[in-house]
Amino acid sequence: MCGIVGLFLKDKSLEPQLGAMLSEMLVSLSDRGPDSAGIAIYGAPSKNEAKITIQSAKPARDFRDLDTELAKAIGAPVSIAVKSTHAVVRTTPAKIDEAREAIQALRPDIRIMGAGDVVEIYKEVGLPEAVVDRFDVRKMTGTHGIGHTRMATESAVTTMGAHPFSTGADQCLVHNGSLSNHNNVRRELIREGMKFETENDTEVAAAYLSSQMAHGKNLGEALEGTLSDLDGFFTFVVGTKNGFGVVRDPIACKPAVMAETDQYVAFGSEYRALTKLPGIDNARVWEPEPATVYFWEH
Amino acid sequence: MPATKLSKAATHDHASRIFDLDVSSLRELNQALHALTPGSNETAWEVLHPKGSHSVAVGVDQPVTIDVRGSVGYYCGGMNSGSTITVHGSAGPGVGENMMSGSIIVKGDASQYAGATGKGGLLVIEGNASSRCGISMKGIDIVVHGNIGHMSAFMAQSGNLVVLGDAGDALGDSIYEARLFVRGKVDSLGADCIAKEMRPEHLELLQGLLDRAGVTGVKPSEFKRYGSARTLYNFNIDNADAY
Repeated sequence: MCGIVGLFLKDKSLEPQLGAMLSEMLVSLSDRGPDSAGIAIYGAPSKNEAKITIQSAKPARDFRDLDTELAKAIGAPVSIAVKSTHAVVRTTPAKIDEAREAIQALRPDIRIMGAGDVVEIYKEVGLPEAVVDRFDVRKMTGTHGIGHTRMATESAVTTMGAHPFSTGADQCLVHNGSLSNHNNVRRELIREGMKFETENDTEVAAAYLSSQMAHGKNLGEALEGTLSDLDGFFTFVVGTKNGFGVVRDPIACKPAVMAETDQYVAFGSEYRALTKLPGIDNARVWEPEPATVYFWEH
Repeated sequence: MPATKLSKAATHDHASRIFDLDVSSLRELNQALHALTPGSNETAWEVLHPKGSHSVAVGVDQPVTIDVRGSVGYYCGGMNSGSTITVHGSAGPGVGENMMSGSIIVKGDASQYAGATGKGGLLVIEGNASSRCGISMKGIDIVVHGNIGHMSAFMAQSGNLVVLGDAGDALGDSIYEARLFVRGKVDSLGADCIAKEMRPEHLELLQGLLDRAGVTGVKPSEFKRYGSARTLYNFNIDNADAY
């Protein structure tokens, strides 16, 4: 099981509703996975700021005074917006890698959920409804986003084992399925210098795509590579700063439905996830073909 | 088992009983359908706002008509025994799974494993069916107006699968005795599935299936027949080393 959703807006007028639409889609698939849920939202870019989404099991302790301590450590202005167990740290784009390292040094218990110019990632153990309420996702505005509700198979039910997984700036991935060669691929990627936070198979898929794109491939080419280099069952939905992609393994036993109108491209593990989207009755609705890459870019 | 005619002129002596799934629960619908007894006057049912719900009208065992106004999720009409279900939309995975008799018509597309393990009755998909259509079919007749996906009729045991369009890879892999009729191209045949001669009895059988599915303007001679080469039926001692 597991339920995955994705929404890529073409019509700017829908952007204020992105969080609400994506939340609705994810909640409708709650019974596909009760263990944990997560969502990544791609918001409006800002020239002066990049973002790091962080998480702590003890937010009151870890987030207190982090902005001033971090600003001092990196010598740049820092702001922090706390949302329950997560917080979004904003600073100058040039300082983002430095900030990431400084956060880990200042607060070793903090986990980095993801970083980039536009992405924010929220994930926790629990049902989708509880997770989207906890982080006020419905009020979030953005251009595209992906979400996941998990029925765990390959690693423990923890915040870090929840999807989306992010392994590169503004890149993230959700997965329905299970990979069988992830240990091998992980070893190869570690040799290349990629860093891993978990034993999870999906994190390997995310890192694989990040590595491919770091080598100059575009999203479509990187997704194409999963078909030969990753073994196992997968339907992946992937977000990048300005793109959105979908690929299914050649056997394609993990379900997938897509819908496209002039206003959006939407993905759901099941049609149920799409029923409340505007104009769905007249949308082009189809099942993505096995071993076929689909992607859209703004 | 007598062939089930799709009656387009079903007479409605009584008004349809309408279930709006925005108002009533799926369980209420299915319990009401299961409570039907032979000879009931409630022969026409209509289901509104299914919105991709799973298991709509599963296990119906009375000869009623059920019109589902919208798209459904997993297992619609599963285990159907004698009812005529029309989905005015698309169907999710496993539509008509293990159907015993009756008929199911899907006006749109069907997802994976449509008609899986079906033992009887007629399943008509007016759009395309995706992968594994008719997997392990055991006597059901399936007519797809469009294309079917890969691994369709995998281990199919008996019954007929008719495809007006194309078939994906590995059609009829490890097939037993089902008959496959495909009008368009077949991407590839699975293990032990071969093209077979279309004899007069097959043309007649196919015409009957097309008639029952309401297909007009298509001739049985436009199809090719595929079936089992029957080389996997018995263990071949020469293959012992492979294990």
